[in-house]
Amino acid sequence: MKLTLRVWRQRNADADGTMSTYEVDGISPDMSFLEMLDTLNEELIVKGEDPVAFDHDCREGICGACSLVINGDAHGPERTTTCQLHMRSFEDGDTIDVEPWRASAFPVIKDLVVDRSAFDRIIQAGGYITAPTGAAPEAHATPVPKPDADFAFEHAECIGCGACVAACPNGAAMLFTSAKINHLNVLPQGAPERETRVLDMVEQMDEEGFGGCTLAGECATACPKGIPLMSITSMNKEWLRAARKAKR
Amino acid sequence: MSWTDRPGVRSVLRMALATRTDRRPSLARTVWDSTVGKKTVMAVSGLIMLLYLVVHMIGNLKIFFGAGEFNHYAHWLRTVGEPFMHYEWTLWLVRIVLVVAVVAHATSAYQLSRRDIRARPSKYVHKKARASYATRTMRWGGVILGLFIVWHILDLTTGTVHSGGFQEGHPYQNVVDTFSTWYGNVIYVVAMLALGLHVRHGFWSAAQTLGVGSRTRDRVLKTAADVLALLLTAGFIAVPVGVMTGVVS
Amino acid sequence: MTSYADYTTGEPVADTKAPAGPINERWDKRRFEARLVNPANRRKHTVIVVGTGLAGGSAGATLAEQGYHVVQFCYQDSPRRAHSIAAQGGINAAKNYRNDGDSVHRLFYDTVKGGDFRARESNVHRLAQISVEIIDQCVAQGVPFAREYGGLLDTRSFGGVQVSRTFYARGQTGQQLLLGAYQALSRQIAAGNVEMHPRTEMLDLIVVDGRARGIVARDLVTGKIDTYFADAVVLASGGYGNVFYLSTNAMNSNATAVWRAHRRGALFANPCFTQIHPTCIPRTGEHQSKLTLMSESLRNDGRIWVPRAKGDQRPPNDIPEDERDYYLERVYPSFGNLVPRDIASRAAKNVCDEGRGVGPGGQGVYLDFADAIERMGRGAVEAKYGNLFDMYQRITDEDPYEVPMRIYPAVHYTMGGLWVDYDLQTTVPGLFAVGEANFSDHGANRLGASALMQGLADGYFVLPSTINDYLARNPHHDAVTGEHPDVQEALAGTQDRLDLLLSVDGDRTPDSFHREVGELMWEFCGMARTDAGLRKALERIPQIREEFWRRIKVPGTGEEFNQSLEKANRVVDYLELAELMCLDALHREESCGGHFREESQTPDGEAARDDERFAYAAAWEFTGTGEAPVLHKEDLVFEYVHPTQRSYA
Repeated sequence: MKLTLRVWRQRNADADGTMSTYEVDGISPDMSFLEMLDTLNEELIVKGEDPVAFDHDCREGICGACSLVINGDAHGPERTTTCQLHMRSFEDGDTIDVEPWRASAFPVIKDLVVDRSAFDRIIQAGGYITAPTGAAPEAHATPVPKPDADFAFEHAECIGCGACVAACPNGAAMLFTSAKINHLNVLPQGAPERETRVLDMVEQMDEEGFGGCTLAGECATACPKGIPLMSITSMNKEWLRAARKAKR
Repeated sequence: MSWTDRPGVRSVLRMALATRTDRRPSLARTVWDSTVGKKTVMAVSGLIMLLYLVVHMIGNLKIFFGAGEFNHYAHWLRTVGEPFMHYEWTLWLVRIVLVVAVVAHATSAYQLSRRDIRARPSKYVHKKARASYATRTMRWGGVILGLFIVWHILDLTTGTVHSGGFQEGHPYQNVVDTFSTWYGNVIYVVAMLALGLHVRHGFWSAAQTLGVGSRTRDRVLKTAADVLALLLTAGFIAVPVGVMTGVVS
Repeated sequence: MTSYADYTTGEPVADTKAPAGPINERWDKRRFEARLVNPANRRKHTVIVVGTGLAGGSAGATLAEQGYHVVQFCYQDSPRRAHSIAAQGGINAAKNYRNDGDSVHRLFYDTVKGGDFRARESNVHRLAQISVEIIDQCVAQGVPFAREYGGLLDTRSFGGVQVSRTFYARGQTGQQLLLGAYQALSRQIAAGNVEMHPRTEMLDLIVVDGRARGIVARDLVTGKIDTYFADAVVLASGGYGNVFYLSTNAMNSNATAVWRAHRRGALFANPCFTQIHPTCIPRTGEHQSKLTLMSESLRNDGRIWVPRAKGDQRPPNDIPEDERDYYLERVYPSFGNLVPRDIASRAAKNVCDEGRGVGPGGQGVYLDFADAIERMGRGAVEAKYGNLFDMYQRITDEDPYEVPMRIYPAVHYTMGGLWVDYDLQTTVPGLFAVGEANFSDHGANRLGASALMQGLADGYFVLPSTINDYLARNPHHDAVTGEHPDVQEALAGTQDRLDLLLSVDGDRTPDSFHREVGELMWEFCGMARTDAGLRKALERIPQIREEFWRRIKVPGTGEEFNQSLEKANRVVDYLELAELMCLDALHREESCGGHFREESQTPDGEAARDDERFAYAAAWEFTGTGEAPVLHKEDLVFEYVHPTQRSYA
């Protein structure tokens, strides 16, 4: 396959960026999208040019590092991560636009690499259960009804890639935040911190400069792990409950 | 730069300490300071206005029963609750609630929109047709409705911009006058279509914001939103259509 | 000049920390004998933790909970992305919830035997004991393990063991356990007890007066190289499977932290013990950047075969039954397709070497579900393996319900690593190694679902207990400063290395060298190793290294985000580690676990261990790049599990 790539190039956080055009040839349909970029980079290095920087690591769809907007879609046209997107999803001769996640809370570091540490700080604000090592009771002491366990798991699947923010017209992090809150708040182990968790995480989410939710649904469509839009509804419910109940 | 000075780290540290005390701001402060809380304000104020609109629309339909009944109904609105309430007290109460709702709704919307735009300062170079017409029509639809309300009050409540001679206490004639002008019809019909779209996304959205949506209930909520939007639009538009077709004259 | 292969044998090493006495009392005894640090003094101690996977994340969180000041590093943009996240199968624990005869002793026994009698009994027994607490800890943190309708935890059997002791969270157990550790760590970051440095890579160890006192690390965003000081350093940087270029490791997983520690005096044990997983998706061409694992559970119902005839190019469904060779069922009639990982992997390599491999390049064998679909019905197969089939289809664009899957072995895990004693301390005082980075618990072969168990045991329970003893005995009232000559030397050495990489300005990319050495290792130090092959590799590696420093091309500068520079620097270390792996494989003239020497096999082609000569862990001492290292042996004593020959025929 022969392709034309238009890639966002930005030297560093302070520099201005621009779309640069590259031609790549000899692309196999079996390549992953990142392997196609590897091919481009190998050529660029030999030519003495700066290769395209992009985040990636596990390349099997679970670490959440890869983060490209391809032809306007976070992670490209298939519902998967960029590393699991294959070139057979494109046609020979296509022109493909590759851009970084766009959100003011995710500033560009270089080219296609963005800073997603805001997500870590949202987790730090309360996305955990306080259970110091050694203090745990016997695992079977508290049974968890299977529907609750399944609900928790469904939301725990979030890989923190940020596609939800990238796809959201408001740059909102509601789906990410709600996934963690729902995972922990439904479990009996998470109950003691149920109120503080949701209030603190939402507060941090706002403080990071993410937008608000207008329920456009783009986040859930882009989510490679299929976290449902209804996750946000559940979080809203938790938040309202907590706002009423929290000690004042 | 020390690691604690990195952007964002300070706020986490501050907050980590805050969670360990039970000093929290008041409920109102919590709600108004949070995007989720502000959406709640929008949802509640929106539902208040929606309830009013349903009543308003049903009242409007009285116009098809003739000038007598319609004018009588309009007069009754001023005497609701008597003798406990004085003349027009209830009406003013409703007006005050509505003004508060409109202001709260619009202020929240404005502030949230500003925030949303700031959160996504640079657009994607590769533009894509999005199914998010709801989002965009919510904002512009809201602005259209706001302007419409102003015109609507100036036209039929105060009569300031009324086309014919505005007659206090003769709403039937005033309505007929308004819808006898082309622009009166255009403004009204456009606004009511915007209202339909606004209610359609807004009602469902409010349900999500208030946390009453669920996977099993989603179909019901979406259908309810569609039906509400359709009934309201159809009910309101029936009046100018009635005037235009001569059913009401 | 002596050749690299002419290693010398030095003083034996011994684990001096494991107490004597009955094995089930040793851990208690050690904890009681270990000195403690006064809680009020703990915050005065700084501990550096490198890596945020299961071992590092849990260690950092736990040490911080105890009151230590933790400074933690990861090269990823977030501690949540460490490669532990990709583990699929599950985590073993001797809970015996199934009442199926499991016990701490049985898990201990299975692990020592599964490791082909090359692991240390004391460590393995402790691991089995702690396994039980790990599950409790993770459940308390909210890890969403699979549950039954009664609300209790579900378990399954895994990797051919006869008890059902594997806890799991669908196919994402590693992810869920890692997020549990990450969340505990996040809590400590918010509390100010952990100073987290993401996108920061350790490039050297600082040893002052014979003790590990800090690291040199590079901020991958700004390129700034800095020194960080501590009273103890913990390496939790994972395994070195990426030496092979293609492996199931993450792209950026690397050996730099452990290798730099090795160069600073930490012995490196059993580097040749690498695990090859039999069921991975085969490579599709030169462009392949990494390999993806398919869960081993597929072998429960799939049948493995290749065409009988060499070079048979017909599509699989056109090959009639009598022209297929179900080689595992043929050679191992009683275990069939369920033989252990190493045996299944080697058998696949053998048929491919005979020219009977399938798919592009002939590097694959069929894993056929046609019989299973016929027997169980498509619905049942879908229910059991649906997500795996989907994953396979997404990657290969072939429908495994219609066409047999193609699989091939791939490097998956490294049992070798930094030598550590019972306290998980390396031979450099104050330097500890946890998780896959150390060599401790799996011997020559790791059982399925045991990696997660070991990482968490080390991080949550073992290290936080044993490190107290070191810190209590070495209060380090003297602060190290940047002016110390040893610090200056480490800093300058790192800077020089990066400057050199940037200045060569040759014509070959870092990846091209990585691929070259990786292919060499796969060829000669992969699934089957020979004396001649290993010698050839040992001859070739220094040549590649020489060429590397002549022709490497790294664009850009060191003072910016530069992924080529990161990569090139990692390749420098692979080029040295590869050599040690080959030497270790050459010197170990026996077959055991993941190490198969063709010269050492039974008449029917099975691995033949040589307990007389090789019942030891080989701990290597670095003497210089390309210089013959010194071998230190730790003799392994088996008091409880007596070595036997494995048989699966």
